[in-house]
Amino acid sequence: MPETPLRSRTEIALHVNGQIRRLSIDPRTTLLDALRDHLGLTGAKKGCDHGQCGACTLMVDGRRILSCLTLGVLVDGASIVTIEGLSSRDGGLHPVQQAFIDCDAFQCGYCTPGQILSAIACIQEGHAGSDAAIREYMSGNLCRCAAYPNIVAAVRSARDRSEGDHAPISV
Amino acid sequence: MHPFRFERVGSLSDIALIESAGARREPPTRAGAQFIAGGTNLVDYMKLDVARPDTVIDLNSLDDSALRRINIQDTGIRLGALVRMSEVEDHNLIRQRYPVIAESLGLTATRQIRNMATLAGNLLQRTRCEYFRETSWGCNKREPGSGCAAIGGVDRQHAILGTSQKCIATYPGDFAQALVALDAMVEIEGKNGLRKIPVVELHQLPGDTPHIDTSLQPADVITAITVPAGPWAERSHFVKVRDRTSYAFALASAAVALELDGEKVRDVRIAIGGVATVPWRARLAEDTLRGQALDEQSAELAAEAAFSDAHPGRHNAFKLDLGKATIVQALMETKAMQV
Repeated sequence: MPETPLRSRTEIALHVNGQIRRLSIDPRTTLLDALRDHLGLTGAKKGCDHGQCGACTLMVDGRRILSCLTLGVLVDGASIVTIEGLSSRDGGLHPVQQAFIDCDAFQCGYCTPGQILSAIACIQEGHAGSDAAIREYMSGNLCRCAAYPNIVAAVRSARDRSEGDHAPISV
Repeated sequence: MHPFRFERVGSLSDIALIESAGARREPPTRAGAQFIAGGTNLVDYMKLDVARPDTVIDLNSLDDSALRRINIQDTGIRLGALVRMSEVEDHNLIRQRYPVIAESLGLTATRQIRNMATLAGNLLQRTRCEYFRETSWGCNKREPGSGCAAIGGVDRQHAILGTSQKCIATYPGDFAQALVALDAMVEIEGKNGLRKIPVVELHQLPGDTPHIDTSLQPADVITAITVPAGPWAERSHFVKVRDRTSYAFALASAAVALELDGEKVRDVRIAIGGVATVPWRARLAEDTLRGQALDEQSAELAAEAAFSDAHPGRHNAFKLDLGKATIVQALMETKAMQV
């Protein structure tokens, strides 16, 4: 196999919020840095940068993951949904975004994009059946303002509303 | 982060090619080439400069679909190495027939991490010892011969079983204990073809060479995990005790599989975590229980036996009582299961 020189760049293509974006990145670049620094999508936040806080949570190919521990080169060709991709074309909020506002589920807002992506996945996966399940399956998203009771309420409310309206939660 | 070459491989023979260029018998953290799958452990350690590979080889591009498959038969299950942890956690048949496996996975890390991390990668997760993670400290596991700052240091998280004069780092995972309890095997593709070893022989006691975590050789790749069926598998259970309710490494854990004959124990398997340097099969505890009635008293005697050879340090003697109580709780809850 031919040797690739150190400090080379790698070409990748990402489907971000429905658009194809082509990038040439140093293989050390995480998906989080690729989005924030290369594509100007700063919705996903860098909290700990070590997979401990969940502020960088995104959907990749339909599953929630941590973008700070994902090398960009590992998701070449993947479909990515960030907080910027949730609202509808007319600017209407996603039902889970609306639930976070209705339930006052944040204070400073720094963890909120990650919380909302995680909450959508939590409901989609079927892990929002009880408050205990919501707490367990949202435990990867820390909130240092400690808005936890209201975050649980927002997830519960979005779940109930989607069941009542027969409108499954999706991204 | 140390710069690296990124290589994708389509088949396991490509790996042999890449590895043969720089394969050396040296500590995994210092090996020139590292495999990546989920990346949850390796990327973290690369950011911390604990891992400094020159080449990172992506296993996700391997084209063998068996690596991504869960195969369930009456004789046992076969889990492809690249299956993500959450896929097994959610698998209904595994939840019914091998609950200890699904429970151990569900109690690990967070859903985001379990969506990323692979089964084989999780088995090979490296220790969370704070002195290993921070490169300014002496650590025989990270830098052979540099000493162990944990011995005599802040050792609250550290092991009390299987330790040596060189290293007391805890094996951090949960899934491996479930596998060890069920006599699972790993399939390994290496330079000399395919071989199978028991999971309990995958991890190595620190002894004088704590930098060698496993019995894997350079260019070895785990391709699958197999778990035999058995009358104990359905009555199996995982208990994990942490500093907080969720998202924390175990201070103590116990994987139990139990075959009962009325009140009596026909067969029992116990593996414990959070307290040992490797996934720890508590055979002495099992031996005290076979043929006995299982109650609080016999469970306590078994737990006593499990820790008979423990060596607590300055701040972790609490793991003796906690570890025993965890085994007792796991045994009694497993007995009470409706199967």
